[in-house]
Amino acid sequence: MSTPAAVGLPTEKLTKKALTADHPTWCPGCGDFAVLASFYKMLERRQLPHEKIVTLAGIGCSSRFPYFVNTHGGHFIHGRAVPLASGVSLARPDLHVFLFGGDGDAFSIGGNHLEHGARKNINVTYVIMDNFVYGLTKKQTSPTSPIGFKSKTDPQGAVDQPVNPMKKLVSAGASFVARSHATQVNHMVEMMDRAMQHPGFSVVEILSECVEFYPGAFDAGNPRKGGVFQLIEEKKWDGTPEDEERHDITDEIAAYKLASLPFPGLFGVFYESDRPTKNALEAQWVQSSREKTGGLSALEILQKTFDRMK
Amino acid sequence: MTSESHPVSPQPTTHRADLRPEHICDAVIRLAGNSQDGIQSAGALLARLAGRSDQDVMTYMTIPSTISGGPSLFQVRVGTGEVLSPGDEADFLVAFYQHSYKDNIAFLREGGVLLYDSDHVEPDFDDKRFVYVGIPITGLTVEALGGTAKDKGKNIFVLGLLARIFDFDVEKIKRLLREKFGGKNESVLNTALMAFQAGYAYPVGNVLSTRYKFEVSEDAGGRPQLTMDGNQAIAYGLIAAGVRYGAAYPITPWTTIMETLRAELPKYGGLFVQCEDEIGAVSMALGFSYSGHLAITGSSGPGISLKTEAIGWATMAEMPLIIVNVQRGGPSTGLPTNVEQSDLYQAIYGGHGDSPRVVLAPSNVEDCFYIAIEAARIARTYSTPVFILSDASLATRIQAFDEPDLKSLVVEFLPNLTPRAPGFQPYPLEGLTQHAPPGTPMLGGVYPTVTGLEHDEMGHPTGSPRLHMAMTAKRRNKLQKLAGEIPTPEVFGDPEGEVLLVGWGSTYGPIHEAVKTASEAGESLSALHLRHLNPLPNGLEKIFAKFRRVVVVEMNDQGLYGYGQLASLLRARYCDPKITSLNKTSGLTFRVKEILEGVLK
Ligand SMILES: Cc1ncc(C[n+]2csc(CCOP(=O)(O)OP(=O)(O)O)c2C)c(N)n1
Ligand code: SF4
Ligand SMILES: [Mg+2]
Repeated sequence: MSTPAAVGLPTEKLTKKALTADHPTWCPGCGDFAVLASFYKMLERRQLPHEKIVTLAGIGCSSRFPYFVNTHGGHFIHGRAVPLASGVSLARPDLHVFLFGGDGDAFSIGGNHLEHGARKNINVTYVIMDNFVYGLTKKQTSPTSPIGFKSKTDPQGAVDQPVNPMKKLVSAGASFVARSHATQVNHMVEMMDRAMQHPGFSVVEILSECVEFYPGAFDAGNPRKGGVFQLIEEKKWDGTPEDEERHDITDEIAAYKLASLPFPGLFGVFYESDRPTKNALEAQWVQSSREKTGGLSALEILQKTFDRMK
Repeated sequence: MTSESHPVSPQPTTHRADLRPEHICDAVIRLAGNSQDGIQSAGALLARLAGRSDQDVMTYMTIPSTISGGPSLFQVRVGTGEVLSPGDEADFLVAFYQHSYKDNIAFLREGGVLLYDSDHVEPDFDDKRFVYVGIPITGLTVEALGGTAKDKGKNIFVLGLLARIFDFDVEKIKRLLREKFGGKNESVLNTALMAFQAGYAYPVGNVLSTRYKFEVSEDAGGRPQLTMDGNQAIAYGLIAAGVRYGAAYPITPWTTIMETLRAELPKYGGLFVQCEDEIGAVSMALGFSYSGHLAITGSSGPGISLKTEAIGWATMAEMPLIIVNVQRGGPSTGLPTNVEQSDLYQAIYGGHGDSPRVVLAPSNVEDCFYIAIEAARIARTYSTPVFILSDASLATRIQAFDEPDLKSLVVEFLPNLTPRAPGFQPYPLEGLTQHAPPGTPMLGGVYPTVTGLEHDEMGHPTGSPRLHMAMTAKRRNKLQKLAGEIPTPEVFGDPEGEVLLVGWGSTYGPIHEAVKTASEAGESLSALHLRHLNPLPNGLEKIFAKFRRVVVVEMNDQGLYGYGQLASLLRARYCDPKITSLNKTSGLTFRVKEILEGVLK
């Protein structure tokens, strides 16, 4: 049931000013600020109709995102924003559904929903601000905390093997999987933009430092702190010998190999596939069902059903 | 309509082949076999036949929780007047096996007919209370259908026998068989027709002296009757109410609602999604609702528990949502295929924080249809989660009821995306919340956020003590406003007297039958049935004041302090010590006799 765009309204330009809402409540220096700034930039670049943008989130520091963006938005419960966003996306193909959250929200409490949202290939754009720690609840071990990380719940250092987000997402069936770093605004804008353009379950994991509880976590990927921000070189399909060496983003195994590199690893698009979305598949079914009923009204269809029950 | 006054009274075996039919107005037929014998489908055909013949009908069935094998039964009560319960006792027991006979003979009334498969059952003829009719059902079915079908088709053979005994309209049955089996390959339909013919042709008059014919219903020629089960009625009620989206996870006895909606909604341009679990399902349903399409999710006990956090969000965010709980025996996996009304507290109070929500319960299959419409109306008007508490007995019970006037009921809703004026507030303190779904242009340039955090009128988070008090009151007040618009239910029977029975949900039938029976016997007994459980309708105290005793009849435990769940609520609400409880926790529905004995002892 698609909904037509409202007509006859002045098209306001989508500026940073128009998109700014409450002042973020994040700690000064939190990586999430830069993610927010990049999101504004991406929207400014794309000039989507303002009322068609939806920002949704679960619970966590990063999940406060929707309050800071002046669009239709929702702040849901911890870990369940993927199915919430899926409902919005499936019922309203006219909308652009953006989803924000942290590593705990995505990979721990929401891990199973993530898995199934990806498997169903629902058309949403999901930005995961991964800080390797639980920020909002003040420094407990997260599913991405490295072994040895000392938190309030692992004073001796974390012992559980962390989730590898890229591997998890690729194996779950996400159809666009990318990785970025919160110190790299242009790269974040590009990754979010490509994710947004991609029809299907598209995820960008952004290493976003929690200055409060895990300072320096991502310095190894930050050139200004002496680290290396190394990009994935994607195949250009130009037949050159160099291209042989480049990454084929449609190759799942190659994506896995990249995801196995030691920290901080590479940044960019790991995987992209054009398999059909659940949105499209269900819409086909709805359409063929509608055709079978021959355009009857709801009243007429139900009446026919009842006639068979007499 | 108790067994004592029952008009069916077969005579002992004679050898006359054909007799004039005896006219009857009520019969309870119980089919007992194993789950793979298809007695459910034979019973359902019988029920639909009755519905098509303007007879009132009600069924009752138990299915084993194992997939195949295990005893199974299906009871059909067909009547010319109003049929209120599936019947305390059977007039006819069809026993396929020795265990079917043994387990069910206690439910056959004295003078009742035991129709048994003489290939499998050896009844105790010394027990002179019953009429014994032995027919080699298995052998005759195998003979009629030839080798490959083995004894598959016994159910339809029995249908043929019953058609002969009750003088049912054969053409109507054949039409039903064609509808049921016609879609599959030709040979399936032919086999069914052959089995039916064999049963119908059996000279049952040689062993049973009486044939029966139902009185023509007074309503005949009135509104046509629809025959369906409670879960179907809920599904179609939701469709009539314009509900087009939903999500759920399978669990007995809820599942058939989602199966129906999954198949039906696309025809209406909607969608039902099977999710990874109940939490995902309620979350997706809330996504549908937020997008402007009021949605439905549902489950049974354990699955409802999983949904509770998200339902708390719906209360806080004031998001409309319909949650169907088809109750079964609990707690935990409990009695998955039995009936209980033990989730009332959960529905009303099962949320964290002060989270008032609306709880409705349908009284019978017909009411499942109308309560779904009522739930949708309330959810939309008050922008709130609404529970429908059905139960396992309604879920599978097939009943015939007057065809609803669809023209006056069916509504279509599209998300309201008309631009909102500057100053729009998602959470106004004065007035009801009506969200602006995404896609709505906000002319003031300020976009709303829906949230589970306590918030101000714009949806911004706040820790303000003043606002938490004011918003808590807002969420409570709207339900009080709703209470004011619910009609006070009417008393069935004398409006004043000795005892008032209070019920909710599927106990409607046996309670009302109990009142009728007691009144016929000159006892003072009335009944009040509640469809709205939270908020309660106003004015109940005035009704209670007219009775010396108020007994709440419900299928749940008497609790630590001696009162069932609704009884406790009513006692707390009205501080009235004359409110007491009659409880049942066997996992089976109330029998009329049990209510009468329990109340009038
Ligand atoms: C059901 C539930 N359990 C626990 C919490 C408490 N809680 C809130 S946020 C959070 C973890 C947040 O970590 P993450 O998702 O990584 O977000 P961050 O704050 O690091 O951005 C927890 C455990 C909750 N809100 N709800
Ligand atoms: S606690 Fe960490 S993640 Fe949360 S706002 Fe502060 S710096 Fe950011
Ligand atoms: Mg985190």
